[in-house]
Amino acid sequence: MTLDEYSIFLLYAAMVLYAAAFIAFALDLARRSAQVKAGNTVGVDGSVTTAPRVLETASVGSGVGASSAGGAASVAVAEAPAGERATDAADRAVATTGGRASGGRDGGQNLKGRFGADGSITQRSLSLRLGMAFTLLGFLLEVTADVVRGIAAQRVPWANMYEFSMTGTVLIIGVFLVVNTRVDLRFLGTFITGLVLILLGISTVNYYVVIAPLPPALQSAWLVIHVFVASLGTAFFALGFALSGIQLLQSRREVSGSALKFVKLKFLASLPDSTRLENLAYRVNIVGFVFWTFTLIAGAVWAERAWGRYWGWDTKEVWTFIIWVIYAGYIHARATRGWRGSRSAWLAIIGFAAVLFNFGIVNVFFHGLHSYSGL
Amino acid sequence: MSRPSDHFDTPAPEAPTPDSDGNIVQPKLGFVGWLRWFWRQLTSMRTALFLLLLLALAAVPGSLVPQRAADPNGVTQYFVDNPTLAPILDKVQAFDVYTSVWFSSIYLLLFISLVGCVIPRAKHHFDALRAKPPRTPARLARLAGFQRRTLAPGDGGAPSVSAVAAVDSARRLLRKSGYRVVVFNSADKNGNETASVSAERGYARETGNLVFHAALVGILVTVGVGGGFGFSGQRVLVENGGVFVNTLSAYDSFNPGRFFTETSLDPYSIKLDQFTAAYETKADGAFGQPIDYNAYVTTQERGQATVDSDIKVNSPLRIGGTDVYLLGNGYAPKITVKDPAGNVVFTDSVPFLPQDANLTSVGVVKVPDGLAQQLGMIGFFYPTQAVSTTGAYYSTYPDDQYPVLTLNVYSGDLGLNGGVPTSVYSLDTDKMTQLTGGTTGVESIELKPGDSQALPDGLGTISFDEVQRYASLDIHHDPTQGWVLLFAASALAGLLVSLFIPRRRVWVKATEKSDGTLSLEYAGLARGEDPRLAAAVNEIADRHSKVLSDDRLGDVPAADTNA
Repeated sequence: MTLDEYSIFLLYAAMVLYAAAFIAFALDLARRSAQVKAGNTVGVDGSVTTAPRVLETASVGSGVGASSAGGAASVAVAEAPAGERATDAADRAVATTGGRASGGRDGGQNLKGRFGADGSITQRSLSLRLGMAFTLLGFLLEVTADVVRGIAAQRVPWANMYEFSMTGTVLIIGVFLVVNTRVDLRFLGTFITGLVLILLGISTVNYYVVIAPLPPALQSAWLVIHVFVASLGTAFFALGFALSGIQLLQSRREVSGSALKFVKLKFLASLPDSTRLENLAYRVNIVGFVFWTFTLIAGAVWAERAWGRYWGWDTKEVWTFIIWVIYAGYIHARATRGWRGSRSAWLAIIGFAAVLFNFGIVNVFFHGLHSYSGL
Repeated sequence: MSRPSDHFDTPAPEAPTPDSDGNIVQPKLGFVGWLRWFWRQLTSMRTALFLLLLLALAAVPGSLVPQRAADPNGVTQYFVDNPTLAPILDKVQAFDVYTSVWFSSIYLLLFISLVGCVIPRAKHHFDALRAKPPRTPARLARLAGFQRRTLAPGDGGAPSVSAVAAVDSARRLLRKSGYRVVVFNSADKNGNETASVSAERGYARETGNLVFHAALVGILVTVGVGGGFGFSGQRVLVENGGVFVNTLSAYDSFNPGRFFTETSLDPYSIKLDQFTAAYETKADGAFGQPIDYNAYVTTQERGQATVDSDIKVNSPLRIGGTDVYLLGNGYAPKITVKDPAGNVVFTDSVPFLPQDANLTSVGVVKVPDGLAQQLGMIGFFYPTQAVSTTGAYYSTYPDDQYPVLTLNVYSGDLGLNGGVPTSVYSLDTDKMTQLTGGTTGVESIELKPGDSQALPDGLGTISFDEVQRYASLDIHHDPTQGWVLLFAASALAGLLVSLFIPRRRVWVKATEKSDGTLSLEYAGLARGEDPRLAAAVNEIADRHSKVLSDDRLGDVPAADTNA
């Protein structure tokens, strides 16, 4: 087997693990919905605390086993505490950097769960932990695949569409894992692994090209910097997009007043409230914006060396500029009355849609100087 | 006004009061009033946001339709492909989007709005930089990160540390952490001795914000005004062919800026000694892909010795205040035409334009004088010729492994006698008769290097002497691009500071209680985005407690008087 074939094999292995992670994350969301429906309190970290009053009728250790009568009665009651708990657990996760929010305030812990002073039981989410473990393993495999491809090509592994996709998805997962050490965003796992799977699926099927040497225009140190930072910016925008999307759902749920009216997506009750989601999305997106600004400047510096002008309204330049302006609009929208909240979230979503368009459509179908897809 | 009136922090405007009939009465606005109203609208955050989004939207068409500045051939082709739509699009400047009236008016309005917003904010920020932090609020408990700590009484029931001393140590601690501080001492309504320190930090946040926006204005002005002083020109140089001397007439094409004067051209010369290209020979999918281009040139500046240099893609030559880029290359077959008596009437290396990745190239040879009739030839050059199943020739590899030149000959009027300039890359065959190829029944002239063949109708002979390469050089001069880079870097630095340095106020209040305890209160206020505020207040409280307990263990040092 050649090195490139090893790289492809590792990449497929990584995709299998991401698929497993996707399933585990999806099961976690389903579990959250079921637990919320059963009237239990579900934390941002997926931990389930059985409501004390349900405990009397339910068998110990099994949160799902809440009797139907008790469960139905406590739905409305459990709703408010769930939201409250979600926020304060998340706040603590921020305050104690690196610390993971825990569901229970006190009480001992054993394999089955944690016993609260009020007789409630807190159980951590197994599927969520499995999802993270699969994601981490998949990430390690994909990094290896990416590095092997780079070694085989004897250059940085981001010089055509196939390689951009590989490095870009490595960064999306990497940023997701790193951000998770600071804030518990594991509930985004379904979205992140799903997005990465789709991107990798498209790129391995449609974008794969054999290893080829760099054309003269790409033989520059700026390839290393400009493209890498652009991918890094994209990874942060992807996370911001996911948060803004959930923020919109969450604010719809909040406006509608009760989980009962909003029949689907019950797991939303276990996620942070829309204000906190908005703040998180903003913090992720501004990091992406800074990287994007750098990409724009570095790209201009490179364009001056390679093409003799720093700005020429090439199609890719136009779209990079459009994305920059949309996110600039997003940042301003957060400071404008009437635009904070859902409207600014829409801008973040449109911004990421433009990022995907710039990557998937402009690279392949538009005529311009950035025609390095290798296709 | 610190912020635009529709900033989310500012209270919502009051609804206008209805008169007795319930109609809303607005104050009458005079001419100046309307101007002021218009200015307010233009400089409001809402308008700026609207213009920003409009700018993003307006930039889209330029990526859908080819642009004259970036892709002039694409525009010509678009007119051919869409004969009805193209003129309509041209009317709305769709082929010059980024210089169009509508695009320009959006970004100019945006920048006017920006300037109108930034100037008052700069003035306000300048005042804020010289102002002291505000008085400590009466009830800190309502503020972010509030916490109260109590210091046990010392020996004899009196406070171990006085309120003033405790606040003074907090003041020193905050100052060391970069806060601007001011101390207030008073007695509260119960007669307890109270001292407090009010502190604020992160003024750089607003400074960075102003730098960012000012730098954007700087970029726009530099590009708008400074762009007029530059120029760009193109010149094709054949290996060991003509020497380029940096004068206006030596350029094949030239685009001066508005304020360009010919005297600003610094005289220097460039001669192409050799052009080399390397192509991939191994990888399956990338066979024939270029790996390296290098133009070996000899340059000379006025009054100096000649210098050998390389010009490569991504590695331009900086000479005489200009940058010389290698942006294109191709083949220039050297062709000689002789009359029937054997006298040379034409000999030149003719640059052919590449048509595909394997450098199948098309060129035109014009022989206006010396033969019985004016002669024009349309030539095809195949660096590595192959024959398809239909009998058509094509090139399989960009390097000259098996070069073949074919020529279709035309005789008649070349159209040069009228003195009207025509392109050297095209031949107008309207007033000419085709002599070879096509429907004439006469085979096209086909030559390999060194071959010679008779022209039809006994006009003379033609020979293909050798394969030569040419390099297409772009010569640019832009005195402002250093400034643009400087402004862009400042914008990025300003952006980083304005997004990531938190602006916050922190208060520490000490109250001596009648029971001898000292109550210490800590609280903060975010001014703008500040996710770590509560943690920061907590950390200050911890450090302050530690300082106080350390001070108590040793003797309290004399308070330093330097405020």
